[in-house]
Amino acid sequence: MTARIGVVTFPGSLDDGDAGRAVRIAGAESVSLWHGDADLKGVDAVVLPGGFSYGDYLRCGAIARFAPVMSVLIEAAREGMPVLGICNGFQILCESHLLPGALTRNDSLHFVCRDQRLRIESPSTAWTSQYVHGQEIVIPLKNGEGGYVADERTLDELEGDGRVVARYLEINPNGSRRNIAGICNEAGNVVGLMPHPEHAVEELTGPSTDGLGFFASVLSLLVSAGSV
Amino acid sequence: MAHHIDLVSEAEVTPDAAQPFAELGLKPDEYQRIREILERRPTSAELAMYSVMWSEHCSYKSSKVHLRSFGDKKPDTDVLLVGIGENAGVVDVGDGWAVTFKIESHNHPSYVEPYQGAATGIGGIVRDILSMGARPMAVMDPLRFGDPDHPDTRRVLTGVVSGIGGYGNCLGLPNIGGEVVFDPSYQGNPLVNALCVGAMRHEDIHLANATGVGNLVVLYGARTGGDGIGGVSVLASETFDEGGPAKRPSVQVGDPFMEKLLIECTLEVLHAGLVEGIQDLGGAGISCATSELASNGEGGMHVELDRVPLRDSSLTPEEILMSESQERMCAVVVPENIDAFLEICEKWDVTATVIGEVTDTGRLIITWHGEVIVDVPPRTVAHEGPVYNRPMQRPDWLDTLAANDPLVLPRPTDAQQVRDTWWVMAGSPNLASKVWVTSQYDRYVLGNTVLAQPEDSGMIRIDEESGLGVAISTDCNGRIAKLNPYIGAQHALAEAYRNVATTGATPLAVTNCLNFGSPEDPEVMWQFAQAVEGLADACLQLGIPVTGGNVSFYNQTGDVAIHPTPVVGVLGVIDDVQRRTPMSWKPGDSILLLGETRDDLAGSEWAHEVHRHLGGQPPTVDLEAERSLGRLLVWAGRDGVLSAAHDVSDGGLAQTLTDMAIRTGLGASVSIPDGADPFMLLWSETTARVVVSVDREHLAAFLAMCAEHGQMVTPLGRVASDATEPALVVERVYGGTVTLPLGELRAVSEATFPRLVR
Repeated sequence: MTARIGVVTFPGSLDDGDAGRAVRIAGAESVSLWHGDADLKGVDAVVLPGGFSYGDYLRCGAIARFAPVMSVLIEAAREGMPVLGICNGFQILCESHLLPGALTRNDSLHFVCRDQRLRIESPSTAWTSQYVHGQEIVIPLKNGEGGYVADERTLDELEGDGRVVARYLEINPNGSRRNIAGICNEAGNVVGLMPHPEHAVEELTGPSTDGLGFFASVLSLLVSAGSV
Repeated sequence: MAHHIDLVSEAEVTPDAAQPFAELGLKPDEYQRIREILERRPTSAELAMYSVMWSEHCSYKSSKVHLRSFGDKKPDTDVLLVGIGENAGVVDVGDGWAVTFKIESHNHPSYVEPYQGAATGIGGIVRDILSMGARPMAVMDPLRFGDPDHPDTRRVLTGVVSGIGGYGNCLGLPNIGGEVVFDPSYQGNPLVNALCVGAMRHEDIHLANATGVGNLVVLYGARTGGDGIGGVSVLASETFDEGGPAKRPSVQVGDPFMEKLLIECTLEVLHAGLVEGIQDLGGAGISCATSELASNGEGGMHVELDRVPLRDSSLTPEEILMSESQERMCAVVVPENIDAFLEICEKWDVTATVIGEVTDTGRLIITWHGEVIVDVPPRTVAHEGPVYNRPMQRPDWLDTLAANDPLVLPRPTDAQQVRDTWWVMAGSPNLASKVWVTSQYDRYVLGNTVLAQPEDSGMIRIDEESGLGVAISTDCNGRIAKLNPYIGAQHALAEAYRNVATTGATPLAVTNCLNFGSPEDPEVMWQFAQAVEGLADACLQLGIPVTGGNVSFYNQTGDVAIHPTPVVGVLGVIDDVQRRTPMSWKPGDSILLLGETRDDLAGSEWAHEVHRHLGGQPPTVDLEAERSLGRLLVWAGRDGVLSAAHDVSDGGLAQTLTDMAIRTGLGASVSIPDGADPFMLLWSETTARVVVSVDREHLAAFLAMCAEHGQMVTPLGRVASDATEPALVVERVYGGTVTLPLGELRAVSEATFPRLVR
């Protein structure tokens, strides 16, 4: 018996298979969740994967936020279920108001795919406990609308409360305010991250295996909480 | 005013009605032949169908007689599961896995409207792969643009790159390689070729045929709109003329989100066993899909055209037949399965409509609100179009070109001049870093990308359990093909073959995209025929079959054709992708050059960049040397003997060393061997050469393997032991030393593209 981690597929989700692979490599069981079913199938945590849900023809994540699965997920997240939104998943979490702020078009106006250096700013979330404060990692970043924005007060609050989970190092690839790459909610169970840790879980296909820690963190949390 | 519907019954009684066949791209004798086939004048709907299906793009009417060589000279091999003629060829890669891959051109639309032209080029080739039953796994893009400093090049370059990224990224396919080449010959005719590779189990292979009388014909995917009407006949089968009408309405508009749904939906209906035959809708739209499905199957089909879901209700039947609206597929389904089929389409929010059924009448009959507007033998539309033996003539200017010897060009004669040349070459548009381009493409999605640009080949994992994978490279040097199209095609094949082997994969099969000028020009036709012969002969000698491909003619503006550009893609297989050989060398490695360097400057990047020179005798293509070198690289890779390998091609050895050093950030110290001319060793483009790096532990074993293979080896030097103040240091250069700090080298290389698009 191990933790069961759900990965939601929306129409236009692209990295759902990759998130599932990362979950399995970390040692958990990956469970596919369908956008149209208001059913979390009893999973212990959920990943909202990257992609272009509904083509992102409206604001990114704006339509996915109304999917039947999101109604039950929002409720579960508010009750403490660990949720990780990656890229498009981060955008959906912001549209769902589980996280503050929004993601806007990259300041370069181009899609950007690169191996990005990050600094883990908060190891005290459900998804980052296996890292240490200040640890530097390299994982792929690939987005067209990854510029994190929020008003100054929100940004101050996020920083003051230790809710900035990761920051960009060396370059700011998309114009994010204060180099923010990821944030969490007040309880630390909901994390949104623009870069893709699920693409850094095998030496063979990723620039590193630095991304594995996100999935290992939630697994260790679930195991120690005795929920599995 | 309501559109007049031209019925078959009306055509029978109005034989003399004037018809706009010329405006639709048909020649008078072709129109006459349609009348003979039908024994009456065609209806306007039939005329529309024949005009698109008999276009050069769809019918291969000028190339067919030459393309037979690929079949006639097919090597004796059992790797081909599906050969030329289907949507894409299928190759057996072992363990029950099959791989399908193909390149297509989207050249003309990409000049008219670069973003959508390039985007829908990806969409079209992906549907070809999908319609074989395979899951699309990756894409690549061989691109050719005009003079980098021409004011229009920026428009085309930025639009094409955004279009490829915009579509491919949203579709969720990694872009793992390709080419970006500039040459003034492509100024008004950029080449946008797109390759897709997909994988499936042997039992999942599907073909485009409509069998089983009474089976239903289902059109599914996007609704049909007014975009891309006559794209194949008006755009891709005519030369651009200055002052002609704007052709933008002939370019299709892509919706990658719909294509993503179409992929998932199609794979689900295929795996559920609900499909008898399947065909994608690309060039020539419904005309092509219905006539090809019927022609390949029982020979009859009845289609109710008014059932086609429309985006624009004002479309006429002719427009619906010709529309090239994207993201549509056509399937043949037995009636018992139709509910299950439609249910899966609904799950994916994909519109699906039964538009007809398979019959045994031998006729393709299309009705519009109950009245017959098309009644034709489908083979005459799909497969029995005109075939031309076009006149050919060897151009006289070839002799002048051959006599223009590059060996007389001024070249560097001391270390300082070699250093200056190095900077110029490293920053030249054709050799400079392509990061500006490739960083706009997702290379990670699907999680199976093992190698991607700038590596020698793109490599993907097919089977996560066993590590089975495939590698692909596409190549062509149009300048060499201009000097000699027969050798040029072989040169392209040799380079792609070498690139695949360099990464450790065994070359297995070939696809091609033959980009040429107008077939109505006898000199272009001669170039084409020579290139096909050269490629067919070389494939036979290397023992790797051509699985399919694409011909793009009319890449010319006025009477000026592009350089003949036979882009060749080679697919290789590797048992375990963990054993791949990357291009990143390791600290302390020995650096070795494999192969002999001769005085090959004709068609070289140096002659082009420094002197704008094209002339002389192209490099010899020694296929036996390529085969032997390839085998050595695959064996050494499998045995884990090599740290790194990178082929020597455009820009010569100097560029190979530059690429390897920049890739890792590790410098190296090399020395010009006794008896070698430093300039020639650094910038000659002799084929069948590769640079490898080998660590101390494996050096003796590797040298023994080289001896066994009769492979000429030249030790060049050693990789630095760490990355402090990295530099490429070249000693014994005309008595001096050339030192190239890597930071500066990288900066020069990476500055070029941002400058070009500014």
